[in-house]
Amino acid sequence: MIFQNVIWAITLTGMGLVALGFVYAITQAGRPAEAAEAARVNRRSITLRRGLFLALLLLGIGIAWASLRPFPIPPQHAPLQATQVVDVIGHQWTWDVSQTHLKVGEPVEFRVTASDVNHGFAIYAPDGRIVTQTQAMPGFTNKILYTFDTPGTYRIMCLEYCGVAHTGMTTELEVAAAGDKP
Amino acid sequence: MSSLELYPLDERLPRGERVMFNLYMITALLLFVLMMLLGLTMRMTQAEWTPVLAGMFYKIMTMHGAGMVGTMSLASTAVMWFFLRKYVSLHLWAFVSNYVLFMLGALCIIWAVFIGNFASAWTFLYPLPVHSMGLWSSGAAAAFMIGYLLIGVGMLLFYLDAAAAIIRRYGNLGRGLGLQWLFGGTIDPTHPKAVVAGTMVIIANSLGILAGAVVLVMCLINLYDPEITLNALVVKNLIYWFGHMIINATIYMGVIAVYELLPRYTGKPYGISRPFLWSWAVSTVFVIIVFPHHLLMDYAEPRWMLVMGQIISYAAGFPVFLVTAYGVLTNIHRSGLRWKMPSMLAVLALFGWAAGIVPAIIDGTISVNRVMHNTQWVPGHFHFYLLLGVLPMILTLLYHVVGSRRRAPVNSGADRTGLFLYVVGGISFCMAFLYAGHVSVARRFAVHLPEWVPTDRVGSVAAMVLILGMLVFAVRIIVGLLKAPADADPSHPAG
Ligand code: HEM
Ligand SMILES: [Cu+2]
Repeated sequence: MIFQNVIWAITLTGMGLVALGFVYAITQAGRPAEAAEAARVNRRSITLRRGLFLALLLLGIGIAWASLRPFPIPPQHAPLQATQVVDVIGHQWTWDVSQTHLKVGEPVEFRVTASDVNHGFAIYAPDGRIVTQTQAMPGFTNKILYTFDTPGTYRIMCLEYCGVAHTGMTTELEVAAAGDKP
Repeated sequence: MSSLELYPLDERLPRGERVMFNLYMITALLLFVLMMLLGLTMRMTQAEWTPVLAGMFYKIMTMHGAGMVGTMSLASTAVMWFFLRKYVSLHLWAFVSNYVLFMLGALCIIWAVFIGNFASAWTFLYPLPVHSMGLWSSGAAAAFMIGYLLIGVGMLLFYLDAAAAIIRRYGNLGRGLGLQWLFGGTIDPTHPKAVVAGTMVIIANSLGILAGAVVLVMCLINLYDPEITLNALVVKNLIYWFGHMIINATIYMGVIAVYELLPRYTGKPYGISRPFLWSWAVSTVFVIIVFPHHLLMDYAEPRWMLVMGQIISYAAGFPVFLVTAYGVLTNIHRSGLRWKMPSMLAVLALFGWAAGIVPAIIDGTISVNRVMHNTQWVPGHFHFYLLLGVLPMILTLLYHVVGSRRRAPVNSGADRTGLFLYVVGGISFCMAFLYAGHVSVARRFAVHLPEWVPTDRVGSVAAMVLILGMLVFAVRIIVGLLKAPADADPSHPAG
């Protein structure tokens, strides 16, 4: 399953729930409640809010925990022990990539920096979806650890606006299947 | 507590105030329409329907970003002023100075972009302003930054005057925020929400603007002496501290209109409560420290800051969903709400805010950001809560004021049609961005891949529909504001 599609589904669900809340209140907005009923509705709404608070709190803590452990960004100051290492330098408006032929199934370490302005180093899979990215910032080296699982031609695009030819700043990576000669 | 009288006496604008308010709002409406047309031009360029070259696209993008953020600030400052002046004594000179400095700053920015060719985006991320590859001069970059500084100084003047007024009336800013009631005590039910929200904005946005001033001065020094190089990561942190704050402050200023006006249409009092005070107190902190979520892909950023960026992004949802949106929903529920333009816009505004932050919060997750950062997911969520959240808040007040001048809420078929176009166009426009983001369409691309063009076309058509609605609003409101106010002479109530 493509990760982005999962996010899309979750987002539509979340926005849809917000919309439902509004639709419900809007359909109820026209009929004023009498005093006794208003008090009852009010008490119910306070209980409901407590419930929602607890539910969201648990959800938030759960997702934060699950998504931060292990920490999604590899250690930046320790060796990463990848079998393939690629040095990447962004320039206005080209990529300097030390190694463009890579293998599936073995971790690759990308060490990404820039020589002039900020660039964004994003890897697009053959199906057109982003698989990973980091910023290319002058004066800093950001390290990605990524293991390709499908062979094919991956496209690198610049995702940080870097001047007039920003969109032309692309290059390719060839990822070979395990048995193939890289 | 705000009075439930529809057009209370203490809200009337004396002549000088009325002229200034009209100036602010008419300027803002005209700028909104112009900036929307620039936005449409960009969207249609991506859709391959207008032959705009990349050089022009990025100038337009810079103008649209800076112009929209600036105009939102201008208009929402007028919202805050409109209500705050009822509770504390503000000086007109501060409100006037903010306007004058804004206009001067806007001129600098327009000059820098369209004459000086400056196109470094509204975020002027260092070191792009000094690396134009010959497209703009350091003079143009300096003019842009000086423009920002002028606007920032104007806002600081306004906030200083407002802070002084709140302190004169309530003793200190903490009491304005209602901190004394967080843990106990009897909450004064007449303590105005406008003061709570206003105090929060004064504190947070002043800090943001100061960060902005620091980074602008650093960049200006670097422009004139490139030997003095800056740390790109530090600069980025400061820029997003400033940028995140200034755009979010517009929501917190704008929402005052909903707090104040909606209860008058529902007829249900909407007083302050302990959860309300807590939500504003914690939001003050959250909005100040949440900015690292803009740097989640900067792996060199200290890890604790990235974790903070994610956690605080989540936390920031609580006050919005559970206090403000929920509060509005309970206020309209079973109320006998009178559906008029202002009340419809107020409900839309809260929907736009609450729904728009869903994709924003999700994108605050580091592992999600890794595939969504700098895709059109980002303009997707922020257009959602700016177009369908903040702008409707401002329109709520404007339609209310237009109604007050005729002593009857506006509710004509033309306005309702405008609203229909605006909502349908707006939601489709934003969803086209979000959809594009989830299929990895990059943001800030003047030229799109062929497979991206269909969503660009949907977005373009939706933007046209939205702009039609906005044109109806702008014309109706400007005409309404310029009409002689009925309440200038209370002995002759008009229409
Ligand atoms: C009809 C209404 C609007 C249209 C058609 C429009 C269109 C656009 C487009 C096409 C982009 C560039 C997207 C990309 O990066 O690929 C953009 C960016 C942006 N828009 Fe809008 N927009 C509209 C309204 C607004 C409003 C109301 C705001 C309020 C603040 C706003 C603020 C921004 C900002 C801050 C950016 C980012 C610029 C950048 O990336 O540097 N826009 N808009
Ligand atoms: Cu680039």
